[in-house]
Amino acid sequence: MNNPVIETKKLSLFYGAHQALKAVCMAVPERGITSLIGPSGCGKSTFLRTIDRMNDLVPGVRVEGELHYRGENVYAAGTDVTELRRQIGMVFQRPNPFPMSIYDNVAYGPRTHGIRSRVQLDAIVEESLQKAAIWDEVKDRLKAPALGLSGGQQQRLCIARALAVKPDVLLMDEATSALDPISTSKIEELVTELKKDYTIIMVTHNMQQAARISDQTAFFLLGELVEFGETEAIFSMPRDKRTEDYITGRFG
Amino acid sequence: MRTSPQKGLPLRRRAYGGAMRVLLYLSAAATLGLLAFLIGYILYRGLPGLSWEFLTSAESMLKETDGILPAIQNTVFVVLVTLAIVLPLGVGAAVYLTEYARSRRIAGAVEFAAETLAGIPSIVYALVGMLVFCQFLSLQKTLLAGALTLVIMTLPTIIRTTQESLKTVPQGYREGALGLGAGKWRMIRTVVLPSSADGIVTGCILAVGRIVGESAVLMFTAGMGTTLQQFFTAGGFTKSSGATLTVALYVYAKERAEFGLAFSVAVVLLAATLLINLSAKLAARKLKKR
Repeated sequence: MNNPVIETKKLSLFYGAHQALKAVCMAVPERGITSLIGPSGCGKSTFLRTIDRMNDLVPGVRVEGELHYRGENVYAAGTDVTELRRQIGMVFQRPNPFPMSIYDNVAYGPRTHGIRSRVQLDAIVEESLQKAAIWDEVKDRLKAPALGLSGGQQQRLCIARALAVKPDVLLMDEATSALDPISTSKIEELVTELKKDYTIIMVTHNMQQAARISDQTAFFLLGELVEFGETEAIFSMPRDKRTEDYITGRFG
Repeated sequence: MRTSPQKGLPLRRRAYGGAMRVLLYLSAAATLGLLAFLIGYILYRGLPGLSWEFLTSAESMLKETDGILPAIQNTVFVVLVTLAIVLPLGVGAAVYLTEYARSRRIAGAVEFAAETLAGIPSIVYALVGMLVFCQFLSLQKTLLAGALTLVIMTLPTIIRTTQESLKTVPQGYREGALGLGAGKWRMIRTVVLPSSADGIVTGCILAVGRIVGESAVLMFTAGMGTTLQQFFTAGGFTKSSGATLTVALYVYAKERAEFGLAFSVAVVLLAATLLINLSAKLAARKLKKR
């Protein structure tokens, strides 16, 4: 593959003595949606969180191998983790807006990175909320507390918040699993729109979702990357028996 | 045919249930009665001596006045100085322990130490404060020495309440902020601390309550001076000894046998406690809403 955005080379991760990722080699191309599927505890969320080094927060974590973001090993000494996380945004399983106004939530990232001008911030907030398809619902109450929004709105706000720092890659950790079906379809629609401009990597529990919206699919099992390829190919003619068993619902 | 469930019970069990009910009622009534008696008695003995002049003047042989303005002033000073030192110290320690400390074991040990310190009788703090601040550091018996000793005494309370409050901040807030590229301190300052403000304020108010109610420490370290402090002259509070309200009460009761005045001070303390508790409740509710 030419110029992958994210490329891992024998990436292993240990929680203390437990090995959660086993020498994963994977290359994610630019733009489009890559979904990570697999049963609970298979390492897909752990893998996602190694990309923006969110696993650093867990005590006792050890990483081996390399993970390259646009050619640079993010686990090399001297990596600026805050800059990495600005370029690689993340949306979490449970919507987690800060207990502040809608405006301040979206402006949080830009302010963190030094943007102070009111005019500039106003523009970024509007643009981000529009991209996240929530502008029309909140434009009249930007000063209202974000926690007053519904769960689905909160999640779209979190997406807007992530977009506001102009990231390159967007990681989504089961971002629709806490939402109702209508909110889920709204977010799926939104993500399908966003994939034109961003490289999106999403963990999902929902195989239909992976089949519906993703371009590539990676199947994880017990910390191992079993199969990775075009979504259509994975779901129509998996090469590995274990992939076939999983997508036909024999376990999971 | 329907029968009442009570009907089937033997008389003995019904009598037992009834007796328990009466006993429980009596304990509740006794508690309330005791409280009412206490407050009533304090007001009955203390209110007659309470006057505007009593609250706003100092003791004077020449003018023949009795007044607790110096004691009120000293109390306010001790509260302010103690808070000014203990707040940054305690909140800082709590933030370090909860957000930064890598070793769970060290953090656990410090938490256990703080818990133990919070339970030590205040007279022990008084003794240590007297030897360390008044004598070893030669501060003499001064309001400053008293405030410093109270800092040590209230530090565990502030650390504990702040930590409890930090632990209730959802992990998602931290991850959200870090995920946007915020540094650790920015995350703490802009997201974690504001969402735990209610706990920190509650801790402060609890500490104020302890300070206002403390007597042993201040008798040992701050002395019993009853002259009006000079606010703005050089060294005012740091050089002179002074009695807070509780100590003034002690002086009136034990050294001058002026029980009426002692009870008047008690009324003031009662009102102060009520005010502190009310503001704690109010602050917690106000901050929780946001």
